[in-house]
Amino acid sequence: MTPSHDVVLVGGGGAGLRAAIAIAETNSKLSVAVVSKVYPMRSHTVSAEGGAAGVISPDDSLDEHAYDTISGGDWLCDQDAVEAFVKEAPQELLRLEHWGCPWSRETDGRIAVRPFGGMKKMRTWFAADKTGFHMLHTLFQTSLKYASVARYDEWFVTRLLVDEGRVQGVVAIDLKSGRIDAITARAVILCTGGCGRVFPFTTNAAIKNGDGMALAYRAGVPLKDMEFVQYHPTGLPFTGILITEAARSEGGYLVNKDGYRYLQDYALGKPQPQPVFRTMELGPRDRLSQAFMKELEKGRTIDTPYGPVVHLDLRHLGQKKISAKIPFVRELCLKYQNLDPVKDLIPVRPVVHYMMGGVHTDINGATLLPGLYAAGEVACVSINGANRLGSNSLPELLVFGTRAGRTAAEYASLGLEVTSRVLAQSDDERRRLEGELLNHKGRERIADLRDEMQKTMEESAGIYRSGASLARGVERLRGIQERSSDIAIEDQSKTFNTERTAALELSFMLDVAEAIVTSALHREESRGAHQRTDFPKRDDQRFLSHSLIYRNLDGPSRVEYLPVTMTRWPPAERVYGEAAPNEGQHHVAGSALPSGTGV
Amino acid sequence: MGQRHAYTEYHPRWLRRPVSTYWWLQKRSYFAFILREASCIFVAWFVVYLLMLVRAVSEGEMSYRQFLSWSASPLILLVNLVSLLFIVLHAITFFEAAPRAMVVHVGGRRVPNGFVGAAHYLGLLAASVIVVWILLGA
Amino acid sequence: MRDSITLQVARYRPEQESEATFDEHEVPCPKEWVVLDGLNHIKDRIDGTLSYRWSCRMGICGSCGMTVNGEPKLTCATFLSEYGRGPVRVEPLRNFPVIRDLIVDMGDFMRKLVRVKPWIVRQAEKPLSEGEYRQTPEELDDYKQFSMCITCMLCYAACPIYGLDPKFIGPAAIALAQRYNLDSRDEGASERMEVLSEHEGIWGCTFVGECTKVCPKHVDPAGAIQRYKLTAAVESMKSFFMPRGA
Repeated sequence: MTPSHDVVLVGGGGAGLRAAIAIAETNSKLSVAVVSKVYPMRSHTVSAEGGAAGVISPDDSLDEHAYDTISGGDWLCDQDAVEAFVKEAPQELLRLEHWGCPWSRETDGRIAVRPFGGMKKMRTWFAADKTGFHMLHTLFQTSLKYASVARYDEWFVTRLLVDEGRVQGVVAIDLKSGRIDAITARAVILCTGGCGRVFPFTTNAAIKNGDGMALAYRAGVPLKDMEFVQYHPTGLPFTGILITEAARSEGGYLVNKDGYRYLQDYALGKPQPQPVFRTMELGPRDRLSQAFMKELEKGRTIDTPYGPVVHLDLRHLGQKKISAKIPFVRELCLKYQNLDPVKDLIPVRPVVHYMMGGVHTDINGATLLPGLYAAGEVACVSINGANRLGSNSLPELLVFGTRAGRTAAEYASLGLEVTSRVLAQSDDERRRLEGELLNHKGRERIADLRDEMQKTMEESAGIYRSGASLARGVERLRGIQERSSDIAIEDQSKTFNTERTAALELSFMLDVAEAIVTSALHREESRGAHQRTDFPKRDDQRFLSHSLIYRNLDGPSRVEYLPVTMTRWPPAERVYGEAAPNEGQHHVAGSALPSGTGV
Repeated sequence: MGQRHAYTEYHPRWLRRPVSTYWWLQKRSYFAFILREASCIFVAWFVVYLLMLVRAVSEGEMSYRQFLSWSASPLILLVNLVSLLFIVLHAITFFEAAPRAMVVHVGGRRVPNGFVGAAHYLGLLAASVIVVWILLGA
Repeated sequence: MRDSITLQVARYRPEQESEATFDEHEVPCPKEWVVLDGLNHIKDRIDGTLSYRWSCRMGICGSCGMTVNGEPKLTCATFLSEYGRGPVRVEPLRNFPVIRDLIVDMGDFMRKLVRVKPWIVRQAEKPLSEGEYRQTPEELDDYKQFSMCITCMLCYAACPIYGLDPKFIGPAAIALAQRYNLDSRDEGASERMEVLSEHEGIWGCTFVGECTKVCPKHVDPAGAIQRYKLTAAVESMKSFFMPRGA
């Protein structure tokens, strides 16, 4: 019997669970399935540390949040989407509070907010420094009370079923038994998150392989703005473990090998002893990562066995403040890097953190393929434009998870039936997975191809790109793609075959990597996270628009452009530090920080 | 359970590993736990011993003297000595557990675990002093 | 320091074998390498058929719990260098059925978790327009510790009671029930009591205390259970002396 549901969600992280609850609350008669390759509480939302932005302070406004987001995104955000987002974000965060999320509090019991990079006002809600963990577990535990939500834990989705121009379900492997089955549905929502693992140094977990992006791409759905890859300026070398921005907003310094706060050399303001909004260490992530590359060129970084690093200095904050405000940072350093930020400098380097791009959706999460929706990092609405602001991604997955859930519920209620042809497609897919992929005596090791792909991505589409590096990247990826048809799979077992899933993940990543490099090659300008050495200026004449890349089986992928939606904020220069058009500088003084926030 | 079936396609055959009868010997902490559990036998023995004492006293001086000389026999002395050790173990582990089970708030603030534990020891000390005072003072 | 160490890795291939076996591999052991890095080295470079779960490699997703030299551990937080000259023996978590190699089935826990209703229960929902439920930092502290559970299953693997009686609800599920019971926003304690105070609930626990010792997040499930025993005892005394709930 082929399992069948009204709505199938691929991925059980923050966006997926929020969407599942939204559907259950919209119409409890609709049957919802959360299909996830890991147990939902293992999803990568769990790793988000810093917080979630939502306007609640009386001195803050939705317009200011919108402006920070749009200017931070270098005017590539769709402004109607941003306006909806900033309006709904506080409501969504509040709803999570009602569901039990342990937000940190003021002494009088109100929600506490903290400052965050790129945000001019304090509007970041946080749950100590495990915000993503608490949000995910709150959502997961809350989802357990809805009888209409079924779960397919540890089912790996391998393709979308499409017939009559609409999506009708997925094919998935039940990892425990190896059974391959179609799960048919009237609507499918992709909530699989990002694809950081196409790069060598990333904060992303091992499961972040761009599965959903590739599934959509292969089904003919365009990916949007894939050239915009966010680096987080402070990851630990070797592991890529992220040292949250909160470490800087609490007053940490970034210094080069001479102990010099080098950010002052890159138009990010003058160093002050106290952190200042949108200045120096609280500048936007892309600028900080780019400053690292310049320091590297100047030979002012520190060499380590895992490549060049700079130092994050927290020592002046003292043990008390570090333990009270950012205990997780200290725990991570002690446990994984064997150093103590109270006494030692933390070696950090830029690491790939987030994909601004993703499956092209409208403001309600709908893709161009009827019945297919996407939300969270896998999707590109776009509220993040060319560079996402820290603490916007957690509210994004709530706001657009909800929107996609509701819209999909409405579409599923139309009651379109599954056609018989998709079952034939599912049989084809089973044959491919059990024939080709269980019995493949090729010569190429999965890990070798993966390493080579990652190296290629770093070299061709890293923090700085050029036409030449990208063209070379396209070429090399094509070579790796070809070699991947000769892959070796030693594991013949049907029970929890993780080598087969690794091969499938590699093929997803190769498709996504190709989309990133090709999109980057076509955008001949520098904007936000996309910095071309051969086109160092932003070019609003040609590129104030989203790229849409379509996969083409017979030849190179096709890139088209879609104008950015503007409502109230015309493009302006993106300025940080002293030159910023600010009404004076806002010190993030110790006294202005939320006191007694039960972190 | 399970091991004996043959594998059939798409029906994973789980490996179940039964717990050994001697699991409590595999780890020092498990063994300490079993000792603590066993200490209740000795608590029971002391209750029985006390009841025997009460009966002996109620049956007159002769019977009481017999009870005392029986108690002085090496076997009973040894049993009581071992029992005392187990009772001490019982008390210590009980007092260690107490603060974990009792969360005391004074004036809106949570009393630290150390204080709750210390209060238990103080209580024991006070009770002991009273007993000693009754025995020696009377 | 040695530059390599021996890993003895448990294998179970359900399609061919009915018992577990061990494979031995030499892996590099730089100072930063954890047991999981050793396993990844084996899978990527030596034997692609080894199966195990992992994801975040930063001790928060809860996937990579295994038995390392007899102790339940998160393999991403266990340095190879802790084991000196080795060898290091890696086995699946105890007390769970093994699906394959180092992968155990945790379906039993997932079913138990639902039974204790780990969500906020309210008689009446407060509308969003009225804002947040006020909760002071002290009230947050009352349950915060129990909300840190990453459901990594190390506590179940360490609990001999769960090993002997799989019906026992177990440490993490009870701690998560307490997490909601002690939350000032929750009104569901009485609904959870029925499940928690049955024989396989809190009274199944004889306070071995190992769950707390192995917990990588300092949740103290043993403490949660002992605390709840006291609550349950007081409640049943109350209902005995004041049957109509005066």
